[in-house]
Amino acid sequence: MILFDKVSKIYSKDSVALKNVTLKINSKEFVSVVGSSGAGKSTLLKLLMREEEPTKGKIFLDGVEVTAMRKNQLHHMRRRIGTIFQDYKLLPAKTVYENVAFAMEAAGRHDEEIAEDVPQVLEIIGLAGKKDSFPHQLSGGEKQRVAVARALINRPDIILADEPTGNLDPVNTKEVIKLLLKINDLGTTVILSSHDANVINSIGRRVVVLEKGEVISDEEKGKYIV
Amino acid sequence: MFTINLKRVFKTGYKNFHRNDWLSMATVLIMVLVLFVLGGLVFFSALAGTILGNFESKIDITVYFKPEAPEAGIFDVKKEVEALPQVADIKYISKEDALVQFKEKNKGNALILDSLNELGDNPLEAALNIRAKTPESYAAIGDFLAKKNYPLVDKINYFENQEIIERFGAILGTIKGWGAFTLFILAFLAVLVAFNTIRLAIYTMREEINIMRLVGAANWFVRGPFMVTGVIYGLVAALAASVMFFPLTWLIAPKLSFLVPQFNLFSYFIGHFVQFFGLMLVAGVALGLSSSLIAIRKYLRV
Ligand SMILES: Nc1ncnc2c1ncn2[C@@H]1O[C@H](COP(=O)(O)OP(=O)(O)OP(=O)(O)O)[C@@H](O)[C@H]1O
Ligand SMILES: [Mg+2]
Repeated sequence: MILFDKVSKIYSKDSVALKNVTLKINSKEFVSVVGSSGAGKSTLLKLLMREEEPTKGKIFLDGVEVTAMRKNQLHHMRRRIGTIFQDYKLLPAKTVYENVAFAMEAAGRHDEEIAEDVPQVLEIIGLAGKKDSFPHQLSGGEKQRVAVARALINRPDIILADEPTGNLDPVNTKEVIKLLLKINDLGTTVILSSHDANVINSIGRRVVVLEKGEVISDEEKGKYIV
Repeated sequence: MFTINLKRVFKTGYKNFHRNDWLSMATVLIMVLVLFVLGGLVFFSALAGTILGNFESKIDITVYFKPEAPEAGIFDVKKEVEALPQVADIKYISKEDALVQFKEKNKGNALILDSLNELGDNPLEAALNIRAKTPESYAAIGDFLAKKNYPLVDKINYFENQEIIERFGAILGTIKGWGAFTLFILAFLAVLVAFNTIRLAIYTMREEINIMRLVGAANWFVRGPFMVTGVIYGLVAALAASVMFFPLTWLIAPKLSFLVPQFNLFSYFIGHFVQFFGLMLVAGVALGLSSSLIAIRKYLRV
């Protein structure tokens, strides 16, 4: 279970990203966090994995206070979370294969496991043919799919998907959403951030709407009306 | 899992070393310089020790007796001095022995030999030659002789080489002091250069490091490679310095032997190679590791 307890994030005086947000997400839930650009969606996800520190409030993951964790213990928590970054965060000097394998290496997985799992995930994500390409040789959508592959590769308990379909065509968008739903069915908590009403409304799960850093609605089987 | 991570840490550490070819080279070079000065100091100490030992073996006290002193009286003195715990060796030189020695010493000097012959009588005095167990114990023996003030004794020639030894010791001390100072400055420079190289490696890898953290790499998995890089610098420098000392000592040895025949630099180096190489390794690794630790502390707050 994930709990945001009265969390605020103030980057600077004129950049208040989150205001007193309280949010509870159960295990195995599929939650869409929606809102217009700058509403604070990415910030919410960054706080959960301690990429950023909250200005106020506490965040709990399965009863453990994430915001109080010692820095040298963070990796245990982060290994449970797979993140699809909005800006992909691919390593430019590594190939598609290496970028995905890298996440497994960092998590301390065996070479044999890596050799087995990476091609499988690349196959699922439709990038098997591009495994030796470098990020600069890929289209935006292809890069995004590499980011998806890397987030899934360690079979995390939680997936944070920050605009995972922002650069995808309708067909690929459908594929990725279908994949996330399937992973969710298998028992993974998914938090999806998006400002694409079509995508959200096609899912038909819980929707949390952020506006200027505040939660303005939170509904099961919600809709996102712009 | 631990060993597989260790393997990866070493691989990345090696890559860092490899990636910045020129910078790594410069870093290793200045470390080699430090190790050279360190090695030079070790050799210098060994050489100085040999020279000092040489001198020390030549110190003695010579007690000269009045010409009329009977041999029995001299032997009494000898017995008393011999009983001192500080005395290693005492030798009686009769008037005749002294004359033989004197003639032998001045073999080539006709003038002296002629005037000696003219004198007819043996003008030399019988003497006791005293050697102490350690250079420091000469003072005690001297004190003893002064206190006894034997009537048969004409004069006492104290510590013939004492002053030379003291002066030489002082010079050695100064040279070692400057050597240590140079070593210190160079070591500081080396740490600075290595630190900078590793800082650059951290900077080049900052994106990778950031992502590593976010996908759940452990603390040491991120830091380890840079420590490995530092250690590699030290190892390569130690290896290079040790190898280079082979031809160097071989070339210098004959020239040094000319000055100090008892000391062969090359044999000394070969004879002490294991200790020497160990010292180079320890010093090199200490330099490299401390550089990387400083860089990590400053720039890699994981
Ligand atoms: N590092 C930062 N420093 C200062 N301000 C920031 C920083 N990151 C985000 N912000 C600000 O915080 C607010 C929320 O940003 P955030 O990235 O969370 O929005 P978002 O909902 O993800 O938007 P988008 O849909 O465009 O991705 C924005 O006003 C943004 O300018
Ligand atoms: Mg965002």
